[in-house]
Amino acid sequence: MLRSGVIAKKVGMTRLFMEDGKQVPVTVLQLDKLQVVARRTPETDGYAAVQLGAGSAKAKRVSKAMRGHFAVAKVEPKRKIAEFRVDPENLIDVGEEITANHYFEGQFVDVSGTSIGKGFAGAMKRHNFGGLRASHGVSISHRSHGSTGQCQDPGKVFKGKKMAGHMGAARVTTQNLQVVRTDADRGLIMVKGAVPGSKGGWVTIKDAVKKPVPDNVILPAALKSAAAEAERLAEEAAAQAEAEAKAAEEARLAEEAAAQEAALAEAEAEIKAEGDGEAQPEEKKDAEE
Amino acid sequence: MDLIAELEAEQVAALGKDIPDFKAGDTIRVGFKVTEGTRTRVQNYEGVCISRKNGDGIAGSFTVRKISFGEGVERVFPLHSTNIDSITVVRRGRVRRAKLYYLRSRRGKSARIAEDTHYKPKAGAEA
Repeated sequence: MLRSGVIAKKVGMTRLFMEDGKQVPVTVLQLDKLQVVARRTPETDGYAAVQLGAGSAKAKRVSKAMRGHFAVAKVEPKRKIAEFRVDPENLIDVGEEITANHYFEGQFVDVSGTSIGKGFAGAMKRHNFGGLRASHGVSISHRSHGSTGQCQDPGKVFKGKKMAGHMGAARVTTQNLQVVRTDADRGLIMVKGAVPGSKGGWVTIKDAVKKPVPDNVILPAALKSAAAEAERLAEEAAAQAEAEAKAAEEARLAEEAAAQEAALAEAEAEIKAEGDGEAQPEEKKDAEE
Repeated sequence: MDLIAELEAEQVAALGKDIPDFKAGDTIRVGFKVTEGTRTRVQNYEGVCISRKNGDGIAGSFTVRKISFGEGVERVFPLHSTNIDSITVVRRGRVRRAKLYYLRSRRGKSARIAEDTHYKPKAGAEA
């Protein structure tokens, strides 16, 4: 049931007021021209995956090799590319566009992105160390990490010791975020809570790995072509229904007209008969005179 | 307008709240929906607005302070909360601060606020 995820841009955060008075903090994620750029099949690559591209890049700023890659897929140059492992039956055709309906309201998703870089950070900020005391003889090292090990035995600092160093700007995944609202027209997905990275950053959204896959997910993906097809079918059905209704209306009108005509004819006949009846006494009068 | 501002403006329009023009120092009455079991009723909370935060946007909120049974009580309401039934201005106050946190340390006479008798409604806003 492994299906493709999506690439989205983090727009920012806001809040939604629910009917029951609750406020939900949401992160707005936007799908921007999300298309399939390539596919990896078990026959050719040994695994099944789809390569998606999102956003738009100026053709002159894209390397020649990537231009060729996009040309093969017949898609516009993309700003961001990512690959998603899928089951072989959930492969999507190259060039297909994925819409925000890919996720439904209430579904749980995992969102991965590059966290905001904090630069070289001390042990207190980076690993939540407590630091040293403010007084009692501590000088200049209030925010230091303290001891890093034992004595002559072992005589070294163990690998993996938590110390100061570079923090942030790493790939971070936030699991089990709930989708609160989707807007396919504008390509928006709103998830409850925060998402790694800064505004304008790229993130990938996948079905939550720690929840069972819901039954009503769209397989292989919510595609624009499928939506267009469904719309076309609906339109056709509507047109057909309308035509039928029209035909029925026409038939009804014709019937009514016929009935009216018949009634008119009957009435005329009656009037005629009455007229004949009226005319007769007059004739009699004439005769009497 | 960026997308977030657009979404927020849309939501404000969709909620369709009728929010009167009020500021810190005004005495206001807030009709707050309370759910008791299955029934909901409107509870009025009247007091002095001592602060307004984050403007008129979707994130806006205001604090109302009142003295209840000799004890100061403050409640913070989100301006666009669906739980708020109505907001009515009872009295316009004349103050020279945007945040009236100094009222917390005052009691009785010194915690009074003069009435603004020359209140002019904002241009373009009714009431």
